[in-house]
Amino acid sequence: MGLTGFEVEVQRETEDGGFVTEDMTLSMGPQHPSTHGVLRFVVRADGEVMKEAIPDIGYLHRSIEKIAEKVGWHGFIPYTDRVDYVAAMFCNHGWTMAAEKLGGIEIPKRAEYCRVIADELCRIHSHLLSVGTMAMDIGAFTPFTHAIREREYLNDLFEELCGARLTFHYMRIGGVGWDLPPGWTDKVIHFLDRFEPIVDEYDRLISFNKIYVERLVNVAVISEEEAIDYNLVGPNLRGSGVSYDVRRDDPYSIYPELEFDVPIGRGEVGTLGDCFDRYIVRMREMRESCRIIRQCLRQLPDGPVIARVPRAFKPPAGDCYVRLESARGDMGWYVVSDGTAFPYRCKIRTGSFAAISMTQHVSRDLMLADLIAVIASFDLVAPEIDR
Amino acid sequence: MPLDATGVHARLRERFGEAIGDLAGTGRDASCSVEPARIVEVCQFLRTEPALRFDCLSNLSGVDYPKRNAIQVVYHLFSYPLRHWIVLKVDAKRDDPVVPTVCDVWSAANWQEREVFDLLGVTFTGHPDLRRILMPEDWPGHPLRKDFVEPQEYHGISTSRESLLRT
Amino acid sequence: MTEYPSMESLVRGLIDSGAAPAGVPAWIHQLLAMLIFGGIVVFGFVLPIAGITTWVERRVMGRIQSRIGPNRVGPLGFLQWLADGVKNMLKEDIVPSAADGPLFRAAPYVVMTGFVGSFAAIPFGGSLIIADVNVGILYVTAVTALVVVGILMAGWASNNKWSLLGGIRSAAQIVSYEIPAGLSIFPIVMLAGTLSMQGIIRAQGAAPWAWYLFDNPFTFVAFFVLFVSALAEGNRTPFDLPEAESELVAGFATEYSGMRNLLFFMAEWGNLYVIGAIATTLFLGGWQIPWALDDHPVLRNALQFGVFFTKSYAFVVLAIWLRWTLPRIRVDQMMEMCWKYLVPIALVNFLGTATWMVLFPDGVAPVRWLLLLVAVVAIAAFVRRVAFHIRYARLERRHLSFNPLATARSPG
Repeated sequence: MGLTGFEVEVQRETEDGGFVTEDMTLSMGPQHPSTHGVLRFVVRADGEVMKEAIPDIGYLHRSIEKIAEKVGWHGFIPYTDRVDYVAAMFCNHGWTMAAEKLGGIEIPKRAEYCRVIADELCRIHSHLLSVGTMAMDIGAFTPFTHAIREREYLNDLFEELCGARLTFHYMRIGGVGWDLPPGWTDKVIHFLDRFEPIVDEYDRLISFNKIYVERLVNVAVISEEEAIDYNLVGPNLRGSGVSYDVRRDDPYSIYPELEFDVPIGRGEVGTLGDCFDRYIVRMREMRESCRIIRQCLRQLPDGPVIARVPRAFKPPAGDCYVRLESARGDMGWYVVSDGTAFPYRCKIRTGSFAAISMTQHVSRDLMLADLIAVIASFDLVAPEIDR
Repeated sequence: MPLDATGVHARLRERFGEAIGDLAGTGRDASCSVEPARIVEVCQFLRTEPALRFDCLSNLSGVDYPKRNAIQVVYHLFSYPLRHWIVLKVDAKRDDPVVPTVCDVWSAANWQEREVFDLLGVTFTGHPDLRRILMPEDWPGHPLRKDFVEPQEYHGISTSRESLLRT
Repeated sequence: MTEYPSMESLVRGLIDSGAAPAGVPAWIHQLLAMLIFGGIVVFGFVLPIAGITTWVERRVMGRIQSRIGPNRVGPLGFLQWLADGVKNMLKEDIVPSAADGPLFRAAPYVVMTGFVGSFAAIPFGGSLIIADVNVGILYVTAVTALVVVGILMAGWASNNKWSLLGGIRSAAQIVSYEIPAGLSIFPIVMLAGTLSMQGIIRAQGAAPWAWYLFDNPFTFVAFFVLFVSALAEGNRTPFDLPEAESELVAGFATEYSGMRNLLFFMAEWGNLYVIGAIATTLFLGGWQIPWALDDHPVLRNALQFGVFFTKSYAFVVLAIWLRWTLPRIRVDQMMEMCWKYLVPIALVNFLGTATWMVLFPDGVAPVRWLLLLVAVVAIAAFVRRVAFHIRYARLERRHLSFNPLATARSPG
C-alpha cells in the first residue's frame, strides 16, 4: 500500500530461522465510522498493538481563514459557524468579540446575556454529541440515540431563536441578530428541568458501567506537564487535573457576574488524566452549564440587543487576540485589521488541532480499540482541525 | 506573581538587549518584536526563568505583510502557574523566510509551525518533520500569501467551475 | 399410536410398515425423507426465524433507543425482513478484484453450513427432531464451530487488512470461548447420563424445580458461564469486536455486499436461536410440559413446540437486549475474561457437579427450592425496577413533551 506523501518507517525483524516479521501499516480513514469527521490515521501496528498512529489531516480544509480576507467583517460570520459546526455559537462569539475589540465597540448588556445563554446551550448541545459518540465508539449504541433525543429539544429551541439547527449565525458585530422570542425563556427552563435528571440517568446507564470504565480507565494517561506542553485546552486539559477555564480565570462577557464551578478530573476511577477523566469532565460541565443558563435567565436585563455598527465596518488598524471557552476548550482568534472593510488576517487556534497533534505521542503501545477511545475522548471534530 | 506586559518586556530587554524591539500595543495585545536568530534563546528564557515560566505556547500564527516585505510569525505565550501573557513577533524576509523552530521549547509548536510552513512558506530550521499539513503534499505555492494565485487545475481536476446562476 | 421419538425413526417406521414402495432400497427412502424434513425445517423454520429475528431486533432496539424501529412495511413493520431479503438479492454482486475469488465466494456458505447444520439435532418437540443422534449436544457444538473456518476465509480472502483483523479476532474469540462453553455442558451431561438432546430433556421435568438450572449451585453458575460463552461465540455485543462497527466497519464482512452479506448476518441472528435452544435443552427443561397427553400426539407436540420455542426465543430477546445496552469489551480484556475467569469457573463447576452427584445421588430438594427462590427474587426485583422506569417514562411522555409547532414564531 503506497502512502501518499509521507513514508512510514516500518520495522522489520528477522528472527532465527529466517522468519521475517514486519509491522503492519493500516490506514484508518478518511472514510471511517468513528473518526469524528474526515480524518485519517496511518497506523503502524504489530497485530493489535499499535506502535504509532500518525494523523493525516487536511481533508476538510476549506481555507476559511483566507475567505475572511475576501468577504469582509460582517460577511464572515456565517463562515465562522462552519469552523466548528458542532458548537457554532462559540465561533460566532469569538469572531464578533475580536471585531468589537478592534473596533472599540461596546455592546448592550442584554446582548451579552443573550450571547452567554446561547453559548451555554450550545455547550450542552456539543457535549451531548461528544458523550454520545464516545459511547457509540466504545460500542454502546443506546446512549448515542438518547443524547440525540435530548439534542432534538435543543435544536427546536435554537430553531426558534435563530432559525437554524446547526449553523446558527446568531451573533452579529455589536450584539446578537434577534432578541429572545416571547415565551422562549420558559421553554428553556422547561428543557433544563427535564434535562438535569437525564444527565443523572446517563451516569446510571453508561458512565460507571463496568465494561465502559474498563475500556477507558488508564488509557492514554496524559500528565499535567504534557497537557500544557502540547497546548491541550478545555475538558482535555481539565481532565488532566489543570484547573483552568477561560470563563473563570480570564473572564470575558458577563462571566464575572455568574457563579459556577469548573469540574476537573480527579482520577477517581483509574489514573488522573486518562480517557475516563476527560469524559466525566464533559458530563459534569453539562450540569454546570444548566446552572449558568438559569442564572442568566434570572438576571436578564431589558434593552437593545445590538449596538449601532456601520454597515461598512472599518476598525482601526491593529491586531488583537481574543479567547473564549468553547465546548472544545480555549478557542483563540488572532485577528489583524488594516483599517479597511476586509480583515487582513484571521487565525483561529482551536482545541482539536492541539489534541490531534498529541495523538501520535499518546498512541504508543495502545491497542487499536484504544485509539478509537482516545480520539473520542479528545472530542476531535475535523472541521475545527482543518478549518 | 503575574507580571504585566511591560514587566515581561523589561526582563526580556534586560537579558537580551537590542534583540528585543519596543513594546507596541496595549493590554493583552502588547507585543514586542524579536530578532529571528535569537527567538529560540528568548523562548527558552521565557520558559525557564522562575519569574516568567511561560509554559504554554497558546498560538503560533503567520501573517503575510507584502508591503513591508516580511512574513511575520506571531507567538502568543501564556503561563499557567503565573497567569500572565506576552506576545512575540518575529519578522522574516519575505523572499526566503527562515525562522528557527521552537519545537524543543514547546511541543505544541510542532504542528503550528507545520501549518505556517504549509500556508505561508516559512521554513523552520531544526523542525523534526517539516512537511505540509493541510494542503496536499504536492500542492504548488503557499495559499495564505497575499500574492497567491490559485492554480487552474490540480491533477486534472479544474479548480473553477461554471456559474450555477444561469441567466 | 406408536411413539416416534424422532423424524428418523418415523421414516423407519413408515418403511417397516410397508407404506413406502418396495423395490427401492431403504437408504434412498431415508435420504429422500431426510432431505424433505431438512428442507421443511430449513425453509420453514430456520431461515424465517433468522429473518424474523432481524425484525424483532430492530423493533426492540428501537424501543431501547427511544425510537420506533421499522413500521412502514407491513403491520408494525413485520415484512421489513422480507423486503430486506429481496433488496439484498437484487443487489449488485461485488467481488473485489484483488480478493481471492473462490474463497471469497465460498465463505458465506461455509458459515451458513455451520449454522444450518446444527438444526439437524436441535429438538423442537417430543417427536419433532430430525435426527436424535446419540451424541446430540456434541454434534451441535462441533458443527457450530465450523463458522470459524468461514469467518477466517472471509477475513483473509477480502484482501483487506481490517477484514483480516476482524477475522483473526473472531477466530481467536470463538475458539477460546468453546472451552468454557464445553466445560459448562459437561455437568449437565453427567447429570443426564447421555449426550443426546432428547435424552437430556427427558431427564428433566416440566416444573421449574425439576430443571437442571436449579439442580445444584454448580449448574446454576454453569448456566451463566454457558450463556456468556455462547454470546461470545456468536459474536454478539459485548463481544462483537470482530464486527465492531466503530472500528472495523464490519470486520470480516466489510467487503461483502448484497446476498453474501445477508448470509453472514442471517447466520449470526439465527445462531442466537441455536444458543437459546442449547440453553433451553440443557438447563431449562426443553420442551417438557406438565401433561402427558398420550392420546393426542399432535396437540402434545404442538404444546411442546410452543414451550420450547418460547424458552429459546426468550434467550434471543435477552441477547438483543444485552447488545443494545452494553458497550464492547476490548480484545485483550475479552481473552483475559475467558482464560482467567470463565475457564477456572467452568472447571470448578465441572468438579463441583461431579462431587455433588457422588455425595447426593438423587439431588437435594431443599437446595433446588432455594435456588429457585433466588431466581424468583432476582426476577421480581428486576421487574419492580423496570416497572418504575416504565411508569416514569410514560408519565414523561404525556406531560413534558414539546410540541415544535407550538413554538413557531408569530410573524411580524
